[in-house]
Amino acid sequence: MAGKTLYDKLWDAHLVRQNDDGSALIYIDRHLLHEVTSPQAFEGLRIADRQPWRLANNLATPDHNVPTTVKERALGIEGIADPVSKTQVQTLDANCEEFGILEFKMGDERQGIVHVVGPEQGATLPGMTVVCGDSHTSTHGAFGALAHGIGTSEVEHVLATQCLVAKKMKSMLIRIDGTLSAGVTAKDLVLYVIGQIGTAGGTGYAVEFAGEAIRGLSMEGRMTICNMAIEAGARAGMVAVDETTINYVKGRPFAPTAEQWDAAVAEWRTLHSDADAEFDRVVVLNAADIEPQVTWGTSPEMVVDVNGKAPNPAQEQDGIKRMAIERALRYMGLEADQRIQDITLDRVFIGSCTNSRIEDLREAAAVVKGKKVAASLKQAMVVPGSGLVKAQAEAEGLDKIFVEAGLEWREPGCSMCLAMNADKLGAGEHCASTSNRNFEGRQGFGGRTHLVSPAMAAAAAIAGHFVDVREWMN
Amino acid sequence: MKAFTIHSGIVAPLDRANVDTDMIIPKQFLKSIKRTGFGKNLFDELRYLDEGQPDQDCSTRPLNKEFVLNQPRYAGASVLLARENFGCGSSREHAPWALDDYGFRAVLAPSFADIFFNNCFKNGLLPIVLAADDIDELFRAVESTPGYQLTVDLEKKVVRKPDGVELAFDVDQFRRHCLLNGLDEIGLSLQHAEAITSYEEKRKQQAPWLFV
Repeated sequence: MAGKTLYDKLWDAHLVRQNDDGSALIYIDRHLLHEVTSPQAFEGLRIADRQPWRLANNLATPDHNVPTTVKERALGIEGIADPVSKTQVQTLDANCEEFGILEFKMGDERQGIVHVVGPEQGATLPGMTVVCGDSHTSTHGAFGALAHGIGTSEVEHVLATQCLVAKKMKSMLIRIDGTLSAGVTAKDLVLYVIGQIGTAGGTGYAVEFAGEAIRGLSMEGRMTICNMAIEAGARAGMVAVDETTINYVKGRPFAPTAEQWDAAVAEWRTLHSDADAEFDRVVVLNAADIEPQVTWGTSPEMVVDVNGKAPNPAQEQDGIKRMAIERALRYMGLEADQRIQDITLDRVFIGSCTNSRIEDLREAAAVVKGKKVAASLKQAMVVPGSGLVKAQAEAEGLDKIFVEAGLEWREPGCSMCLAMNADKLGAGEHCASTSNRNFEGRQGFGGRTHLVSPAMAAAAAIAGHFVDVREWMN
Repeated sequence: MKAFTIHSGIVAPLDRANVDTDMIIPKQFLKSIKRTGFGKNLFDELRYLDEGQPDQDCSTRPLNKEFVLNQPRYAGASVLLARENFGCGSSREHAPWALDDYGFRAVLAPSFADIFFNNCFKNGLLPIVLAADDIDELFRAVESTPGYQLTVDLEKKVVRKPDGVELAFDVDQFRRHCLLNGLDEIGLSLQHAEAITSYEEKRKQQAPWLFV
């Protein structure tokens, strides 16, 4: 019999009950909540007169709607200008108080983007099942956890039962052999993978990322990769546990201590696919082929090397794909065969659950240090992923580097990744963004998003257009 | 939950692949703390020419006449015909809520994104996967036949065309059972409360750090 995959091990350890029809009841160790997808779930509990099954497994923080300027944030909830946004944040506070759920509220230094906060607190641990009403929950799989996004009905289900009704997914191994070249980051790697397998390439699969290139990444880099598994269609992405994982978790507030730490580490060391495990699909890519990536279109799979150009629809044989290319070029205001480096930018956004951790900010700061943002740019902003990331960055003097270069230094939140708060693109504006989705209107009505790594966004901010960041490195 | 047994209705064709949930219901409408009222903002950026705002009266907004749902021949449509990877992107359950609130009861496509697919079943909306060739043929039939209707029969697991030809589809047995009877999944899971408790006790021995 073949050995087990990491996904098999995680699934088996959380199986409460197998139903006859192939579905199962799976136990959830960590449930993260934010203000957008939880209000209707709490309302459902109230209507049915149900209580949360196990309070300690839940952790909440507002992120999507919070403003990010220092001035607005100084006023707390009152600083949220949009009354509808304010209601949502107030509703989360009220629900957490009513049901007794731990929440890092606005004004708490631990508040931030839910997918930054969980790992930072050690609330995400190896071997856990982690869910949240947010598709980017796949982020937490970087810890050798089974983590994926759920809908609001499932948020209510997890609150009421601490379980999820699930069907086992197929398994896919994406192995990246070799090492990334200097200036090529985790973000470039995952954009390249999506370009190769497509935005639906991972649909129905739990994806394990492995290989030398993945082993060489920090936890921040691995989180970036797993974060965007969903952009390849895979609800869950994961990476096996190794010393990098264990060292990251050690000493975090929610991490086990003393004897429990030793017992936990012993179990965590088993969280890898067995050598003879079989996957339903295996994709092998070579890290040496990966260059800095830039998306040109309105889907993350519409991505090319920074030295490349937008496609020419005339060269596409498939009718539906040709239409999609034409539509994307029109929306993005690009010509067929236009060089990526000739795209003039209006704004630069460094942040989001994909790239707002300390390492991302260090990477961006190293590029802009001692330089100035291009005068042609309307705005360049850096939004740390949590209050603690912000404090750490300030302790390292990164905020000063950004501000001296002409970038705005903001308060933590989802910010311009999805324009649910005051940070938005104007119609027709091009933005170099370290976020995860370049869909039409995602960053603002008519806005044009180009997804890139923090280093590439930083270099674009200085140049006013895309440049190959490798040419700027010594 | 609303039960789904058999439904007949006008088919609206949405001829583009990778329709994401931002497109189905743009983010500014996610700020509601209710489950209803999203129908008027379904496909907002495709449907209207201006930028939509929450709580706005949509009856006076400029319509994109080209968009399928604004064409009189598709008025009252309740079956959506779509392309590959429908519902990709964000996990927002507002997407099925908006489709349901607009009046759609079923979506037919060659493939769906996973989270959206799951969310549909929890809201009485039936996502149906059909072969790409069958979908192609339905697009042609819908476009050439004003008032084209389909019948979706969940009991028999078939989509019935006007000429009586039936296209069989697969659906998970448990989900079908819940939809046919309008059953609340939480209530069903809570019938297994003992199994959950005994799992917790066992797991606590193995991994006590998860239960502090």
